Amino acid sequence: MSAAGVATKQPEAVNYLNVDNSIKSWLLTEDHKRIGILYLVTIALMFFVGGIFAMLIRLELLTPAGDVVMSDTYNKMFTMHGVIMIFFFLIPSIPAVLGNFCLPIMIGARDVAFPRLNLASWYIFTLGAMLGVTSLVLGGVDTGWTFYTPYSSSFSHTPVIIAVSGAFVAGFASIFTGLNFIVTIHKMRAPGMTWFRLPLFVWGQYATSLIMVLGTPVIAITLLLVAVERGLRIGVFDPALGGDPVLFQHLFWFYSHPAVYIMILPGMGVMSELIATFSRKRIFGYEFVAYSSLAIAVLSFVVWGHHMFVSGQSMYLSMVFSVLTTLVAIPSAVKTFNWVVTMHKGHVKLDSPMLYALSFIGLFTIGGLTGLFLASMAVDIHLHDTYFVVAHFHYVMVGGAIVAFLGALHYWWPKMTGRMYPEPWAKLSALILFIGFNLTFFPQFILGYLGMPRRYHSYPDEWQTLNVLSSAGASILASGFILVAVYLLWSLRYGAKAPANPWDATGLEWKTPSPPPPTNFTQRPIITEEAYNYPIVLAKNGEPDEGAKQEEAEKHEHA
Amino acid sequence: MSTHEGDLHVGHQFEDAEQQLDSYSAGMWLFLVTEVLFFGGLFLAYIIYRTRYPEAFVAAHHELDWQLGGLNTVILITSSLTMALGVRAAVLNRMKAVLGWLGLTFLCAGGFMVVKYIEYSAKFEHHLFPGPNFEFHHAGIDPGQAQMFFNLYFAMTGLHGAHVLIGMITMIILVIRLWVMRKQRIDFIPIELTGLYWHFVDLVWIFLFPLFYLVGGN
Amino acid sequence: MRLPFANIPIWPEGASKAAFEMDLLYLVIVGLTVFFCIIVFGLVIYFVAKYYAGSKADRSNPTFHNMPLELAWSLIPLALGLFVFGWAAKLFVEMQAPIQSENALNIYVVGKQWMWQLQHPTGQRENNELHIPVGRPVKLTMISQDVIHSFYVPAFRTKADVVPGRYRTLWFEPTKVGKYHLFCAEFCGTKHAEMIGWVYVLSPEDYEKWLQDNRWGMGDEGMTVAQAGQALYEQLQCSSCHAPEQRIGPPLTGLYGSTRTLSDGRRVVADYDYLRQAILDPQAVTVSGHEPIMPLYRGQLTEQEVIQLIEFIKTLSAPEAPPVAEAEQSDDSGGNG
Repeated sequence: MSAAGVATKQPEAVNYLNVDNSIKSWLLTEDHKRIGILYLVTIALMFFVGGIFAMLIRLELLTPAGDVVMSDTYNKMFTMHGVIMIFFFLIPSIPAVLGNFCLPIMIGARDVAFPRLNLASWYIFTLGAMLGVTSLVLGGVDTGWTFYTPYSSSFSHTPVIIAVSGAFVAGFASIFTGLNFIVTIHKMRAPGMTWFRLPLFVWGQYATSLIMVLGTPVIAITLLLVAVERGLRIGVFDPALGGDPVLFQHLFWFYSHPAVYIMILPGMGVMSELIATFSRKRIFGYEFVAYSSLAIAVLSFVVWGHHMFVSGQSMYLSMVFSVLTTLVAIPSAVKTFNWVVTMHKGHVKLDSPMLYALSFIGLFTIGGLTGLFLASMAVDIHLHDTYFVVAHFHYVMVGGAIVAFLGALHYWWPKMTGRMYPEPWAKLSALILFIGFNLTFFPQFILGYLGMPRRYHSYPDEWQTLNVLSSAGASILASGFILVAVYLLWSLRYGAKAPANPWDATGLEWKTPSPPPPTNFTQRPIITEEAYNYPIVLAKNGEPDEGAKQEEAEKHEHA
Repeated sequence: MSTHEGDLHVGHQFEDAEQQLDSYSAGMWLFLVTEVLFFGGLFLAYIIYRTRYPEAFVAAHHELDWQLGGLNTVILITSSLTMALGVRAAVLNRMKAVLGWLGLTFLCAGGFMVVKYIEYSAKFEHHLFPGPNFEFHHAGIDPGQAQMFFNLYFAMTGLHGAHVLIGMITMIILVIRLWVMRKQRIDFIPIELTGLYWHFVDLVWIFLFPLFYLVGGN
Repeated sequence: MRLPFANIPIWPEGASKAAFEMDLLYLVIVGLTVFFCIIVFGLVIYFVAKYYAGSKADRSNPTFHNMPLELAWSLIPLALGLFVFGWAAKLFVEMQAPIQSENALNIYVVGKQWMWQLQHPTGQRENNELHIPVGRPVKLTMISQDVIHSFYVPAFRTKADVVPGRYRTLWFEPTKVGKYHLFCAEFCGTKHAEMIGWVYVLSPEDYEKWLQDNRWGMGDEGMTVAQAGQALYEQLQCSSCHAPEQRIGPPLTGLYGSTRTLSDGRRVVADYDYLRQAILDPQAVTVSGHEPIMPLYRGQLTEQEVIQLIEFIKTLSAPEAPPVAEAEQSDDSGGNG
């Protein structure tokens, strides 16, 4: 990205972009902000590749017959789409880009605790991504992103070991990022920044990091075992070699279900920031929202078996997992209600980040509630491995995680680049994405209950109309993403200069110039107030209410 | 903490040496947690197959030489002690003692790997290496199940051995670093972190040894 | 069911006993989803409209905490969630618990890349098609020959993964005559999307007729599964050791369902999975008092042949005098013939 080149055009105060422009200074940077930008460039490329596969999949499914590509090609397309989007886009998206950029600033630190480890994580991630792309260049992998054994370990004729190594390597980047954030949040907070003064985005990152640190090693060893079984014929999962294929599923989902929360928890953190800023109001039930993140992180580790209701696991085990899954839904419901009620008596402004926030609430509500169908064991017998599941997780992953990522990217774009993006285009694209998304994935819920299995390259004729609707939606969705990319890149050169605080928001990141100086602050900040300390109006009868007691008199004039 | 902290190099992101030391220790502990989970998946697999094939596991473990394994346990525990003494010497800024203890630890680690090599080559000779040439003849025991024992044996001790090797490489780097910065006060943080790591490696072996070598009792 | 104004299907046909209740449960959850969506979307729209920046709404005394409200929106969804869980669990148990009916029709299913091989107890074989009578429970005994597959009939609202190395059972009771989709639901490789077929639910008369018509079709010259197993038993010369008078291998009479003591002291029930292992990998489950001398049949027999052998062994449960003595001699505590 040419962000560095832009900043040098005019004489400016020294900031993290114009301080040194050489390629070397970027490749060897230990600045968390630059590492965030490096990650942004990498995952944007990966998103582009993964998106092309998504379009090809929808193109193939326009007609019932498998006529655009061969079935092997199709299998590789959905596998590469899943592998790239999950391991190389969604998992690093908000934490590694926006978390890296914002988190140290938001807690008043000069950098993360381990800057070199941070840079190493980007190199490791890039290596993992390159391995992923290599497996693609070598013909692509056809196992599905879930790498189920024994298909992946003994039957597939594709470069599984390389793809698995890519995910394995990228896992270490994720571990390093999580480790860095946890230590940073524990040890690097500015004076006065108590745990309950932390912005909720930081709480979300903290919960995410816990999952990254505790879950990723398990998937790492699991993927390593798949590679070993495949390469050396040392059987752990293949029954023909004395192993147990269902053990793989347990180990895989022990990580991969929490991984879903690695993708969504940071998005939830973003939501709290956006809703507070654009309602000009402190988040309702701050403590509940903060604790619910931790509750999700903990509970996420004990629900993996809900992916295996039809795998033959014990009936009673399934029941335990099902009831725990019901529990893990509650913190998410709590968050949603708290966000909505935050707008009550606020000053709601519909800037584009807020449009993304509102569409997150809508799509995530549907995504979350459709999880209830799948958590209900009996209904899951029917819905498992159908398009209902596909629709459900795209509502959570795209409607939740990616919409939150875009909201956050727009929100912090002025801070990151020092430029404003064109607001009308941003509003339009938010609308296009919302419409395109629903048109793409809502028909898939219906297809799922009708019984269309996922990962099918051809399907019975009667389901064509719904598939055509879905494919049409996908092209709208794609044009929305392209539009975003175009005006964001345009803004790097032609966008208006961003002020330090374009949204009139609280939070330390808005108290430092846009773009921030290399060490984030000219002076070490000292925090004396709660997060989201927006002015409020006292009662007309003169009796201050509970929440207003601490408010200072100067802030009244705003109303 | 030590009274000499004031002399240490403090990274630009930290306010003072204490915050730096706190952060590094916290980071290392967290890293070790991830290591526990990394091995955890294998321990889980071990437990599952051990319960499933008790007979085969007992029969297969007789192929391992518990005396060599015991020797290695002694070597590793000794190395943990020398490492701890090395860390202490580093905090007290005693250069020669640090070099001596690190050297001893390195020798122990090397000894461990030599014993491991002897054990592994014996297994290869007897076709006890997992793969198509695996041979295991024991009345009433399914070779496939015994092979699972050796699968796990090689996977877990192999991964552990890789950790020992990484520890040895780290020690070499530490010594070079000490030599390069010999004029300065010893930066004990890396040595302390390596010490933590080394104790973890030792601890993993303490679990591996009974699981593989002493599994059957009689 | 289709949308009235367009030719878009929105509801799958239901043709099994479980389908009705599952549809009802599904509709209840749809109702809950719509209910919560209306609340959330309604509030969002209301608040945005009312508290749009610059509007004249009263903003005095905003609240930031409300414990009763927080508890309400934690506990009410939890209660509703648990209600759904309870109902779903009840239905799940009904669908998954082993079938009790004596009347059930046993079908043997082998999944392999990329076809379904099905066999009726009376010997008729089918590929990717299954003919069954209406109103009679059908029990599938399933195993995969290679990777994991999943047997899925949307109209019956049921599916189960078909795993290599172990048997799964699945049962359902068709309630409506018709032709229904059969899918493989677990990705299994290149032609996963072609591992599909049809389930024909026939009236009992039509089913009888179908059985007769296919008597000499794909079956092994009209043999039942157990008869085919017996033929295989003879062809493999199993009796040279397992015949009671040979006193070498454990006798097979009364074996199925009995409890066996293995040479390592474990006691196991001789069920389908045990017998499969005892045939393919006999040294892993050597019965106490016998030498581990039986050759391995792993790779020698197809999964269908294994099923035939087991079905043959199942028929050997009629108590006869000589095998009883044999069984006791062989230390087989459960071998009571």
